[in-house]
Amino acid sequence: MKPFEQVVTEHADTVLRVCRAVVGVHDADDAWSETFLAAMRAYPDLPEDANVEAWLVTIAHRKAIDITRARARHAIPVDELPDRPSTTGRPDAADPDLWSAVKALPAKQRQAVAYHHFAGLPFRDVAGLVGGTPEAVRRAASDGIKALRTTLADTHSKGVSP
Amino acid sequence: MNDTIGAPDDETAALLARAAVPAGAETLSRLHGRLEEAAAREGILDVAYTTIDSPVGRLLLASTEQGLVRVAYAIEDHDKVLDTLTTRLSPRVLRAPRRLDEAARELDQYFNGSRKTFDLPLDMALSKGFRQLVQRHLPGIGYGHTQSYAEVARLVGNPKAVRAVGSACATNPLPVVVPCHRVLRSDGTLGGYAGGADAKSILLNLEAAG
Repeated sequence: MKPFEQVVTEHADTVLRVCRAVVGVHDADDAWSETFLAAMRAYPDLPEDANVEAWLVTIAHRKAIDITRARARHAIPVDELPDRPSTTGRPDAADPDLWSAVKALPAKQRQAVAYHHFAGLPFRDVAGLVGGTPEAVRRAASDGIKALRTTLADTHSKGVSP
Repeated sequence: MNDTIGAPDDETAALLARAAVPAGAETLSRLHGRLEEAAAREGILDVAYTTIDSPVGRLLLASTEQGLVRVAYAIEDHDKVLDTLTTRLSPRVLRAPRRLDEAARELDQYFNGSRKTFDLPLDMALSKGFRQLVQRHLPGIGYGHTQSYAEVARLVGNPKAVRAVGSACATNPLPVVVPCHRVLRSDGTLGGYAGGADAKSILLNLEAAG
């Protein structure tokens, strides 16, 4: 077994990417912290041959659900948080266009893109995580990518982004 | 059905590359800091560690909730030392300098000559039996003083165990703080040292000057 520090170093980026995709840039830090804290708690019992990245994505998925539910409970109905991360002290919550486009996807597509394309999980594993068949996940991922390409092509042509 | 990540077309690849831009060092270090705090608060930070620079090279400092558990020289290979801590203590090992602040401060003072004894809680979990008995005796050898392996053997009540005292010193998990560098051969020559002979003379010279 590796020191947990090494797990953090190796997977910090992927988990952050997944969190940004699934709960949005605004809540990604909380989701990331909750994920690694839960992972550290459970780490001594993780089987030696486990796929650590898939395990972390599974935890991130559950934490994302918790955070989304908590948000929904405390939501202020009229107020939509600005997507542009003008937040200071967050210089590299980069690429606001990309992350707001991801945020705009329907949940199934967003999860399929995040877990399959951003985290590298096979469709079969993503299906195990979010429900449905691997084929449905594959379609959702493909539709999600298509939608992202369209949205980003639009923002680009409107000259909104450099 | 293609269940793996096949080669995406160029436009998709460009999109994925955009998503894959690594988070900056600043973001990751802020997140890491949050994890350190939360883990300590929740009582799951079993082993915290940091590294400091010193006149005897880079030192790894590691601490459990009980106290300082390991000081390691660079030539011991810090990665290997962390692997050992993982196996022998807990895999919940995190770089978390905060818990080592006091140890780092006292070591700084020691190396600049302003501190002669350490006042730190120690965790002796990494040594057992006779070795631990010897290591517990070592802080009794005052700053600037030395004893021979034979003297130490006699003082811990086992005059024949000169070699065993040697291995107790060689396996001291807390060098510098538990002063095994103050134990020399009976003929006055240095004897071995986990940090290398140079480190041993640097420490002895430092203490001779003070």
